Amino acid sequence: MVDAVIAEGLTRHFGENVAVDKLDLRVAQGEVFGFLGPNGAGKTTTVRLLNGVLNATAGKASVLGYDVATDSTEIRRRTGVLTETPSLYEALTAKENLLVYGDLYGVSEDRLSTRVMAILDEFGLGDRANERVGSYSKGMKQRLAIARALLHEPSLIFLDEPTASLDPIAARMVWDMIQDLSHREGRTIFLCTHNLAEAQRLCERVAVIDHGALQAEGTPRELARQLWHGLWVEIDLHGEPSAQVCEALQRLPAVLNHSMEHGKLLLEVNDEESVPDVVAGISAAGGRIYGVTPREHTLEEIYFEIEGNGNKTAEGLRNMRGAR
Amino acid sequence: MNWNWRAMRAIMRKDLKQVFQNKMVWMPMIVLPAIFLIVFPGVVVVLPTLLKPSDLEFDDLTPMLKRLPPQFQTMLKGLSIPQQFTVLAANFLFAPMFLIIPLMVSSILGADSFAGEKERKTLEGLLYTPVSDTELFIAKVLTALIPAMAVNIASFVLYGLVVNLGGYRFVGRIFFPTVNWWPLVFWVGPSVSIAGLGATVLMSSKAKTFMEAQQASGMLVLPIVFLMIGQITGLFFLGVGLEMAIGLFVWAIGIWLIWVGSKTFSRGELIARI
Repeated sequence: MVDAVIAEGLTRHFGENVAVDKLDLRVAQGEVFGFLGPNGAGKTTTVRLLNGVLNATAGKASVLGYDVATDSTEIRRRTGVLTETPSLYEALTAKENLLVYGDLYGVSEDRLSTRVMAILDEFGLGDRANERVGSYSKGMKQRLAIARALLHEPSLIFLDEPTASLDPIAARMVWDMIQDLSHREGRTIFLCTHNLAEAQRLCERVAVIDHGALQAEGTPRELARQLWHGLWVEIDLHGEPSAQVCEALQRLPAVLNHSMEHGKLLLEVNDEESVPDVVAGISAAGGRIYGVTPREHTLEEIYFEIEGNGNKTAEGLRNMRGAR
Repeated sequence: MNWNWRAMRAIMRKDLKQVFQNKMVWMPMIVLPAIFLIVFPGVVVVLPTLLKPSDLEFDDLTPMLKRLPPQFQTMLKGLSIPQQFTVLAANFLFAPMFLIIPLMVSSILGADSFAGEKERKTLEGLLYTPVSDTELFIAKVLTALIPAMAVNIASFVLYGLVVNLGGYRFVGRIFFPTVNWWPLVFWVGPSVSIAGLGATVLMSSKAKTFMEAQQASGMLVLPIVFLMIGQITGLFFLGVGLEMAIGLFVWAIGIWLIWVGSKTFSRGELIARI
């Protein structure tokens, strides 16, 4: 199956300013892909380039098998975009907003009206469908904008900060909906967000972009491995390790680092393959092991490591990606 | 031309709905024609009936009367000088206003087309739809053209009623419209709208705000002011022949502007300025 998004060396200049710099990206069909980066990093420009709304200065990209340079209309027919500002017509009602977009996206005229009411109901706006959008709260507008992005049942959905102005309950609803769209309906989600907890919760893979350039790309686990070399595991000994166990840890070549955290032994080991050897070594030294848990780095830790280390880390990550 | 008319109709429908819900946009389209084509002409045709013949001085009419084509001079035969003034004022004095009004309406709506969407932050969503650049541009032009034509025709009908009803008792017969009105309203008026729209929609796509686009399009009224002064001072007379020629020239400019606009309009340039 062809990837939903393929970008190779995608570049966009605005005069002297490089908004997107030689971006290489692959997003598989059906996955939730997180696109992370600070304000002004180039996320929105990338979405515009991938939808053929903006032309690339250099490089190429295809979306759902269509070339962004030549088939942008076909791409836009199959994608749904939630923009950073909701882009709603405030003088029109919610129903009128969706009817306009249904016509623009070519939703079958026979089922447009039914589809509009169904999606408004789904987003809890059915009973206020005939009210002007200008009278809506920020959260309601955001829900309506998401409903609009999904109205024509696109295969690929670009969501720019989808929960930025939502209360926790509405945000939760959007998260469930995103998971549903991906897991049950097989749609691809390209999620631009600053919200690292949101990305951690939803995204199978992420990319970090800064100053228009890709800093890292992969699953959170892959990124953590690349950033921290080894694998971190927590070993529950029901207390402090004995002197023999400490000596054994010093001797084991697979153990790169060890410390105590919250009453548990925290080890950095070479890789997953070394875990049985380390466990055997501790047991041989008389340690009684009650639990071994791999410790995943949070996306927040990964993000700040990448952003904090800047270009050095990014260069390293790019090299590793290239080597794989 | 394999255009997506359904999408274009949707853009036009929503734009027109928004226009009628925005007082700032529709008020000038109603108020200005009402003042210039109903109130002023009403006063001009009714005034001579309220004054004594001795109060009326019409010596200056003679040079204008001499420049009129023979068929109009025949039409004025048998009328007193004040009656001739009423007939001339109704048929010639206000004629250039029927070029200014469609230009004004189309400029207001044309200026609002893209710059208004930018200001209201609704443009980006529209640009992500599968509507092509040409369809988008043409839909915006048509959105402004339809109300401009509607206002022009409605103004013509109401103006006809006002001058004929107001002046009937004084002149003693129906005296409007003369033959030069038909090409003016149905040939030159639409051509001016099209040319004005071609220019203002293009300016609107480059401008940041509605006001900026509208100010830039204000320049377009200058040639019409020249026509108006020429007509009033008797420099020339907007007869059928001149109207057909002006119309043809302005239609050519208008179609060229819209063609250039639809070819050069690019959503990429537009979104880069948001």
